[in-house]
Amino acid sequence: MALAKSVYNLLFRRTSTFAITIMCGAIVFERVFDQAGDTLFEQINRGKLWKHIKHNYEEAEEE
Amino acid sequence: MAALRVVATTGSGRTLLNAAKCTHTHKAQMSFASLPKGKKVALTTLGVLTTGGIGLALALQQSVKASDLELHPPNYPWSHNGMVSSLDHASIRRGYQVYKQVCSACHSMEYLAFRNLVGVSHTEAEVKAIAEEIEVVDGPDDSGEMFTRPGKLSDYFPKPYPNPEAARVANNGALPPDLSYIVNARHGGEDYVFSLLTGYCDPPAGVSVREGLYYNPYFPGQAIGMAPPIYNEVLEYEDGTPATMSQVAKDVCTFLRWAAEPEHDQRKRMGLKLLMGSAILIPLVYYMKRHRWSVLKSRKIAYRPPK
Repeated sequence: MALAKSVYNLLFRRTSTFAITIMCGAIVFERVFDQAGDTLFEQINRGKLWKHIKHNYEEAEEE
Repeated sequence: MAALRVVATTGSGRTLLNAAKCTHTHKAQMSFASLPKGKKVALTTLGVLTTGGIGLALALQQSVKASDLELHPPNYPWSHNGMVSSLDHASIRRGYQVYKQVCSACHSMEYLAFRNLVGVSHTEAEVKAIAEEIEVVDGPDDSGEMFTRPGKLSDYFPKPYPNPEAARVANNGALPPDLSYIVNARHGGEDYVFSLLTGYCDPPAGVSVREGLYYNPYFPGQAIGMAPPIYNEVLEYEDGTPATMSQVAKDVCTFLRWAAEPEHDQRKRMGLKLLMGSAILIPLVYYMKRHRWSVLKSRKIAYRPPK
């Protein structure tokens, strides 16, 4: 409860800080969510995506 | 709600309401609840029989459809079948090799450009090298002449025949279809294409196939103009995968699925994110609904008889 109260006093109490909290929160959430989704997708499809096989062909090309 | 009210009070809404009322009053004169028990049973039986009859007719019609002279392909366990399963890009790469060395002798893929392969199955340098192998007619130059130049990334795949008529003449009157969207253009998709490629067999006793045609049970009409295109070791894969007939067919089907649906992986990636988002939102919305309705759900209606 103490944490909730301090968060409220610090961030949510004034409209200005509340709006900034919402905007920053949206950016942080979007980035975390997007990267978590990509990681999960790549984990599910490990070895099938171009990302996972391209090193085979890029090395061969440098030789 | 305001919009609903507006609709209900406009002219069309009113006629609809009136019409509903008319039928309602008409039925009210002989409403179901006021009928004698025998008639209720009779009506219920009639309803059940009608529903059952319609269901039976539908089921029979389906089975009639299934019994026509067409062999439906089985469902193969493609590695991209799952809701969030991507295409196997190593398979796409092998499939392109199959297309280039086998299929492209007769089949065009006119909606695919070399640049589409970059970052999907080949690196940019590799695709540039592949594109340079072909000659493209370009022009006109300063003197108004057409000239040929080596292909580049933005060129589309070369066509085996300049036009459909030339393709027909070269193929005994049969037109090899363009393969760009073939997997979406045929019932059964890659299952059908795989079955067709691997399904050639001798015609059953009593069936004769015209000269120049081949028997394939999966092809509508069973007589196909395409000779059996693939067999074991029809080509040698650059990554050393054994080129068995089914491996070749599987790879080319995966390649054709990618060609028909290049957005496939992105679509499933977005689908996964949508599911993740729904997993957060749906419980929230459910909680909010329960919260808002708790007042209505927990109220008590008491009847106080007049004294």
